[in-house]
Amino acid sequence: MDFSLAWLGAGLGAGLVVLGAGLGIGKLASSAMDATGRQPEATGAIRTSMIIAAALIEGVAFFGLVICILLAIKA
Amino acid sequence: MSNAVDTIETVADSVQQSSGPGSDWILHHVMDARELDFEPLFTIHIPQFPTILGIDMTPTKHVVFMWIAALLVLLTFTIIAKRYKKSLVPKGIANFFEVFILVVRDEVAKTTIGKGYERFVPYLLTIFFFILFGNFLGLLPWSATFTSNIGVTASLAICSFFMIQIGGIRQNGFIGYFKGLIPQGIPPVLLVLMIPVEILGLFTKPFALAIRLFANMIAGHFVILALIGLIFFMGTVLVAPGAILFAIFIYLLEILVALIQAYIFTILTSMFIGMAVHQEH
Repeated sequence: MDFSLAWLGAGLGAGLVVLGAGLGIGKLASSAMDATGRQPEATGAIRTSMIIAAALIEGVAFFGLVICILLAIKA
Repeated sequence: MSNAVDTIETVADSVQQSSGPGSDWILHHVMDARELDFEPLFTIHIPQFPTILGIDMTPTKHVVFMWIAALLVLLTFTIIAKRYKKSLVPKGIANFFEVFILVVRDEVAKTTIGKGYERFVPYLLTIFFFILFGNFLGLLPWSATFTSNIGVTASLAICSFFMIQIGGIRQNGFIGYFKGLIPQGIPPVLLVLMIPVEILGLFTKPFALAIRLFANMIAGHFVILALIGLIFFMGTVLVAPGAILFAIFIYLLEILVALIQAYIFTILTSMFIGMAVHQEH
């Protein structure tokens, strides 16, 4: 069986996943920087919320990544 | 300048000639195994356990490391509790862990659960330190990360699931809890959609917890192994400095991710418990 399309799909998929996650977390970090700049006293709370939101976004990215890895390994 | 060109030519020739070992060895290093192998030195074979109810009870590598982590957690906290009996001002190891314990109790449990948070703190502390010790154990040489096993993370997520449901049902009553899942004041037409969505939501949240922890842990090890494997794949020692530098950077990132993932699992469990116990939308 010819599995080349599966490997191609896995590679492209991983790239798209990283693109999505990078954009999402980048936007999040940008807002966090702006907020910290406006009100430096709130740095602690902003940092905690930022880490939680980043982990949630990364969680979604990893769903896609797991599918790509499954494709690459099972094929 | 010509030195750099020569190096690149050597690497290119080497890649062309070497066939590459394939990717099975990465999986071999990351997945569960029947024996503990300390690669070039010796291999410990785990003795066969009896088969109970058709399930082979032989512990695998990840099970052995779970026992080690559980033993470490038990030992550490027994020592810390004894120190607290002597004096309320902690010194040494109790002082170090007090930071984490206070973070889990105050910033995680109190802020997300609110009233009645004290009864959930033991479970949250257990889950936080078990996952933390497990993640850190995986960073040592020759050891395995049991949190990179989907079976283990799924079991932890199931424990959290039961804590969430039992906490919610205890507070709101059995019927009251499921009634409280639907927000008030919505037109009855939407109920047909809302009930399946909310019931599904009960299951997807712990599922996401399991996948998040599993994928984070396995991805880190994959990347490190792939980077080191690049040296063997290219067949030349000239890529070694770059590959090892990147691998060290990813290793340091792994330490951060280990800590963050334990914290995220705990705070998300705590948030879900808070949403189940105090159901005012």
